[in-house]
Amino acid sequence: MSLARILGLLAVLVAVGLLIAAPTMLRSYGVYLLALWSVTTIAALGLNLTLGYAGQISLAQGAFVGIGAYTVALATAAGVPYFVAFLGAGLITFAVGWCLGYPALRVQHHFLAFVTLAFSTLVFLVLRNEQWLTNGIYGINDIARPKVFGLSTNRNPDFYYFALGMLALFAGLQWWMLRSPWGRAFVAIRENPLRAASLGIDVRRYTLMAFAIGSAYGGFAGALYAPLVQFIEPNSFQLTYSLKLLLIVLVGGAGYFIGPFFGAMIEILLPEWLRFTQGYYLLIYATLVVLLMAFCPKGLVGAVALIAERRRKPPGRAAGPGGTLGPGGAASGPAGPAGAAPASPSR
Amino acid sequence: MASFLQLLVSGLATGAIYALVAVGFSLLWQTSQTINFAQGEFVMVPAFFVLVAMHALGLPFWASAIVGIAAAALVLGLLFKRIIVDQMLRHGVLPLVVSTIALSLFMREAVKDFYSSQAQPFPSLVADRDISLFGVVFSAQSLALLVVAVAIVAALHVFLQHTRFGRMMQATAQNPTVARILGIDVERMILTTFLVNAVLCAIASILISPIYLAKFTNGETLGLAAFVAAIIGGFNQARGAMAGGILLGVLDNLCAAYMSAQYRSAVPLILLVLFILFRPQGLMGRVEERTV
Repeated sequence: MSLARILGLLAVLVAVGLLIAAPTMLRSYGVYLLALWSVTTIAALGLNLTLGYAGQISLAQGAFVGIGAYTVALATAAGVPYFVAFLGAGLITFAVGWCLGYPALRVQHHFLAFVTLAFSTLVFLVLRNEQWLTNGIYGINDIARPKVFGLSTNRNPDFYYFALGMLALFAGLQWWMLRSPWGRAFVAIRENPLRAASLGIDVRRYTLMAFAIGSAYGGFAGALYAPLVQFIEPNSFQLTYSLKLLLIVLVGGAGYFIGPFFGAMIEILLPEWLRFTQGYYLLIYATLVVLLMAFCPKGLVGAVALIAERRRKPPGRAAGPGGTLGPGGAASGPAGPAGAAPASPSR
Repeated sequence: MASFLQLLVSGLATGAIYALVAVGFSLLWQTSQTINFAQGEFVMVPAFFVLVAMHALGLPFWASAIVGIAAAALVLGLLFKRIIVDQMLRHGVLPLVVSTIALSLFMREAVKDFYSSQAQPFPSLVADRDISLFGVVFSAQSLALLVVAVAIVAALHVFLQHTRFGRMMQATAQNPTVARILGIDVERMILTTFLVNAVLCAIASILISPIYLAKFTNGETLGLAAFVAAIIGGFNQARGAMAGGILLGVLDNLCAAYMSAQYRSAVPLILLVLFILFRPQGLMGRVEERTV
């Protein structure tokens, strides 16, 4: 084990320890924000799979969160046990993602962005207009919080631990997936679809798989979001929410496993820190995003990885091909994907 | 029948405005791979330039309109290219997409915070009265809008197809490398494209604001309409975007009247999806070949 590895592992342990100890140090609202962070991170992890690993721009992640949230809200109101509804939300969004992706992935990149953009607006229209099912603009109130192993999660700290556990589960699942041949195929496709195809990877099937799994992550996040906020309405899942998730992934660093964790942290906490700026928050946020994209387009984690790389290595020794998978997932990403720039589909 | 004609005229009028915005959008895409997610806001903002010129500087409407167009060319054309696009393009398409998304947020919030969050009345080109033609009553405003917008679309068509400069611009858009070999100043053409886009957006803004009122959220629908029109028409042809815009405007109006007002905004989107699936090159576009 190299020193960087050990440091990384230590950083992860400290972070997990802090997350577990957090409710004892924070007030209820702070704990609520942390739970929201866990849920948002799950959604962003899914989008990172689609965007960062399979290289497809999706503007529908917010809509998938919405589908998941409405599924759980409606099903639990009808008496379905929470965990059945939870699994159902994941399955439904997986299926919808598959059905949307199957035709849409014939066209890629910017066209997929437009198809998903249209899809998220359509989902919003259905949620708003089909009053008999979704209660329209009035939204759904009083969504019950689930019982986990017989324990109530009505208090914020309890729900937070539940959400954190789910985050750990889904993050672990993705960590494992990215190390499997699947994950390597995803990256191969992002880096060079033609080369991947020539190596015998069925590009379309793998991209579709990444998209559908990413969508299911969105659905699961929605299934946690509904009981967390206990009130959902169509407006929460508009295109702006999808754009927000996209920004989370990019600000954190697309294609870095750890990126969404930081991106979501900034997205949730920045409004609280910048509360003194009052109405000007979004203005400042937009400016920061443009600056970030101008100076480090690979996001925060990408920037840290780049600095670490420069300090560690004398120039000249480029990264091996194995480095593209982002082994620097741990903490600040000391062994981030060296020099391998995500190939931009410029033409 | 009378109401059908009225709908058709107002549809053509909005369609012509969509066409103006969509042409700029697809020109930008072609010359510099800029998918401008802020295109709707590019139409929203110039109206406020005009309002500032009128109320803060006290200029008459026509002078303010000229100031507004000039300001749009400067800020949304030149500065947009120099500050945002040139910086981002070397990093690839995605950072640029994200930047234009952030830019649209920025412009919306800036207008809301520094001007007003209320819809602002905007002076119209002609006095609002009704005109009777062939036994059907049209509002003078939508007729004037139609005439002006169609005239500009036509002028644009002539400029792009039949002038040396316009053809140089198109050549740059279609194949920069060959254009450069043929001695075209590609950099200048790209800059011109940005200026043309900004001016088109400003004109669309001045035309549409009397009807929709100037409001900071106007860009959302307009930007989406521009995307859809550009794709329906064919992303790589300027006249495709014109046709797409007009088609979209007419369809939008007819669907709102004869089908469902609630799902009115869904129609263009469904059209968009169908086109992307079955005819991704659009009505008039050519299939783009990819080299290995």
